[in-house]
Amino acid sequence: MSGSMRKRVMRMRGLIRKEFLQVLRDPSALGIAFILPAVLLLLFGYGVSLDAKSVPLAIVVEQPTAETTSFCGKFEQSRYFVPHHYRSLHEAVEAMRRGEVDGIVHLRADFGEQLRRPRPAEIQVILNGVDANTARIVSGYVQNVFVLWASEYLRTSGTQIAVPVRIEQRVWFNANVRSRNFLVPGVIAVIMTLIGALLTALLMAREWERGTMEALIVTPVSIAEILLGKMLPYFLLGMGGLLLSTFMAITVFDVPLRGSATVLIGSSALFLLAALGMGLFISSVARIQFVAAQIAIITTFLPAFILSGFIFDIRSMPRPIQWITHIIPARYYVSILQTVFLAGDVGPIVWPNVAVLALMAAFFLVATRRVTRKRLD
Amino acid sequence: MTTSDLQFRHVTKTFGAGPSAVRALQDLTLEVNHGTITALVGPDGAGKTTLMRLAAGLLLADSGEITVLGLDVARSAREIQSRIGYMPQHFGLYEDLSVKENLELYADLQGIASRERSARFDRLLEMTGLAPFPNRMAGRLSGGMKQKLGLACALLRSPQLLLLDEPTVGVDPVSRRELWQLIRQFVEETGTTVLMSTAYLDEAERCDHIVVLDEGKVLTHRAPAEFLQAVTGRVFLLTKKGWTRRRLLEAVSPREEVVDAVIEGDGVRVVLSETLSPGSIASWKDLDPLEAAPVAPRFEDALLDLLRGERQTERRAGSEAAVISGATPVPDAQQRETVIEVHDVVRKFGAFTAVKGISFDVRRGEVFGLLGANGAGKTTTFRMLCGLLPPTSGKLKLAGIDVRRAAAAARARIGYMAQKFSLYGTLNVRENLAFFSRAYGLSGARRRRRMEWAIEEFQLASVLGTLSHALPLGYQQRLAFACALMHEPDILFLDEPTSGVDPLARREFWHRIDQLAARDVTVLVTTHFMAEAEYCDRLVILREGVILATGSPLDIRQQAGRDGKPAPDMEEAFLRLVAERPRAEEVRT
Repeated sequence: MSGSMRKRVMRMRGLIRKEFLQVLRDPSALGIAFILPAVLLLLFGYGVSLDAKSVPLAIVVEQPTAETTSFCGKFEQSRYFVPHHYRSLHEAVEAMRRGEVDGIVHLRADFGEQLRRPRPAEIQVILNGVDANTARIVSGYVQNVFVLWASEYLRTSGTQIAVPVRIEQRVWFNANVRSRNFLVPGVIAVIMTLIGALLTALLMAREWERGTMEALIVTPVSIAEILLGKMLPYFLLGMGGLLLSTFMAITVFDVPLRGSATVLIGSSALFLLAALGMGLFISSVARIQFVAAQIAIITTFLPAFILSGFIFDIRSMPRPIQWITHIIPARYYVSILQTVFLAGDVGPIVWPNVAVLALMAAFFLVATRRVTRKRLD
Repeated sequence: MTTSDLQFRHVTKTFGAGPSAVRALQDLTLEVNHGTITALVGPDGAGKTTLMRLAAGLLLADSGEITVLGLDVARSAREIQSRIGYMPQHFGLYEDLSVKENLELYADLQGIASRERSARFDRLLEMTGLAPFPNRMAGRLSGGMKQKLGLACALLRSPQLLLLDEPTVGVDPVSRRELWQLIRQFVEETGTTVLMSTAYLDEAERCDHIVVLDEGKVLTHRAPAEFLQAVTGRVFLLTKKGWTRRRLLEAVSPREEVVDAVIEGDGVRVVLSETLSPGSIASWKDLDPLEAAPVAPRFEDALLDLLRGERQTERRAGSEAAVISGATPVPDAQQRETVIEVHDVVRKFGAFTAVKGISFDVRRGEVFGLLGANGAGKTTTFRMLCGLLPPTSGKLKLAGIDVRRAAAAARARIGYMAQKFSLYGTLNVRENLAFFSRAYGLSGARRRRRMEWAIEEFQLASVLGTLSHALPLGYQQRLAFACALMHEPDILFLDEPTSGVDPLARREFWHRIDQLAARDVTVLVTTHFMAEAEYCDRLVILREGVILATGSPLDIRQQAGRDGKPAPDMEEAFLRLVAERPRAEEVRT
């Protein structure tokens, strides 16, 4: 039986070598495998940021006093704001209408007096709510600035006013609240989906389209060998993508990797198997590249982007959409990635997600093996 | 022990379900004997490819039994696949792998031990003439060489049964002949059984057996000699002094007793009905004096005789409608004005030169042929003439209009029928006609008149509501032809109009072209069937972007003549003309 084993190895070798030669010679495959990931990483690492930074802010001081000056100074120092000063609220409102500022901080003439009264002092904050996300962030920042300034003011002025509760803010896992830190690990999930599902579905469909599959299946290869011959090269390519992304994340974007490499690589391998399973499954149904690409983008790539929690928080999605996210493998993988990178190997989060990924990988691979026939009909 | 390597018993195969289901094979029974070459012949859609795929275990039959090399296909597909060689119509070469890498891959898949390989590769590369370029990418080989490499991959492990699905389609006559020799030589050396489908009837004639397939059934299965015997004594070459070939054809073909009539050489080749005595030609008083020389029958004559018998009714209807108007004899074409002028035209695609400085001109009312294999530059020349592709250099004029400057003006005068009949598959026949007539700017009464004309002329009434992709190929061809004629163009461009269409439909098609030419329409037509060259008034033979010969069919056969005798047919003429110049492929590298 060693003879048949030897032949099996020989067939696998032939298939795998062919696949690598094709990837190396096909610019579009190289593009999807290497260039697109790099572009995505750079885009999400540098270009896209969910943080509010250098927000143009109108400051209206009706009656300048020592207090207002020191308060406004806080905005000048902050890297989150670019203050613009206006004489009257009216002017500031006009500026907001013209889109020159995203918010207004209004200090009334009696601001100084209010501070000395037992009642809480009031400042008025008006925000441009068109971009709700930014508005919420700006509102938080403004409050922060005020609280910070107030406690400092009280300390230095010597006025003993009992501050009933002091808020001590500590942001865990991402101390600087940099969105890059959770976006970059998320991009890895998208890249692995690209290589695992989209590229594999495309290349398999191409074999059907060009008629190479017809010639291939009339040789003594088995279906398992054909599938394995496709999976192995792209598995390696995908893992290469993971290493490249992780390397870039750590060195270029300063994203911490607090968990272990073992958990990262292990869970990535599982996710990649699930993605490959999906890609091969798609191409066994769609044997035309165009159709395969459409299906792969809609069922794997876009969900990995939108429904995985990579950009949009799943908990703030409507219920039905939340249910849908449960059938998206990328959801579990993104959750693992963000945990492993930013928090560490948190067992209660990592293991359940790993278990689901393993189940999904098994499901897609078995399903693919079932539906792929060594026949044309 | 059985001597048949391939057996089909009452095999039925249907694609799809419901009313749109297509019955590819119907209760088909067939045996292919060990050590023979059997040709599978029949129109497109007859079920040839389905039959091949069933034998290779690529499809599963609905009912019936298929045995290959004594094994049941349904149960032992893998075992069979390790013992057969199969070459699909478009052999799955990996275009981005080199010649050697493709061979290596198939050697791996076929489990050929490394020590046997180099000898085997050397032998196959030498047989196929690919030895000088083992490192060239398969995608950069010519059509003929690709087919040879595909065959080499299928032959790597000396299969016991070789299934070849149209191995020579679209390949130039030289490569065709070489491929054929390759197969013959292989069979002689190894005693392999071969089943090959082919669109070339002369190729079928050289096989040991011919199976004629039509509408999923075996029409006949005989040795070539038996086919020929059936028409022996019924084939004649007619000539009449002072008459053009086309006029004679018009006069002869509608007759009841004529099974088939076709232009050949300077006369008309006819096959007479079985029921008539050979002497009956003498009774055609209206054509007296007519010279009728008996000629040796060909397989094509026998096949047409057979198909006509099958579709007697259809033919009658066809020939009646085909008589459009009293075709008047064409005045001597030599004196008429030039309609198409091509002067020193070059077209490059990057580093590749598809058309290398060709010149020819076509006069009004001429049927002008562009002959050549796939990749010879026919389609590129066509596209330049239609203004779809600018030439790199050179002059192109249509009816005196420079195509490069006024493509739109030139285009209004031409009807163009693209390769593979570019119809809208999801529109039905009526909608296609309506669309194309509007696209050509017809409206109102004229549009209605032309649509009625097209439906009647091309007998499309029975299929008006059918989606065009569901039409049989013959109908698709008719519909595409009708669409190209909607605006009554006086110049017609037909790109491979007869590719894949059955011999009967091809005859009918050429008949229509003759009638158009008789009404002063200028026709430019491309084809890779060398035999069809005979139907043209004049033609050029193209090879790798260069004109090999120009002139009337007889001129060209004379140019290729030996010892004062013209070449017997266009194919032979082509082979001789090519032999005189070395191939560019061989000069390179």
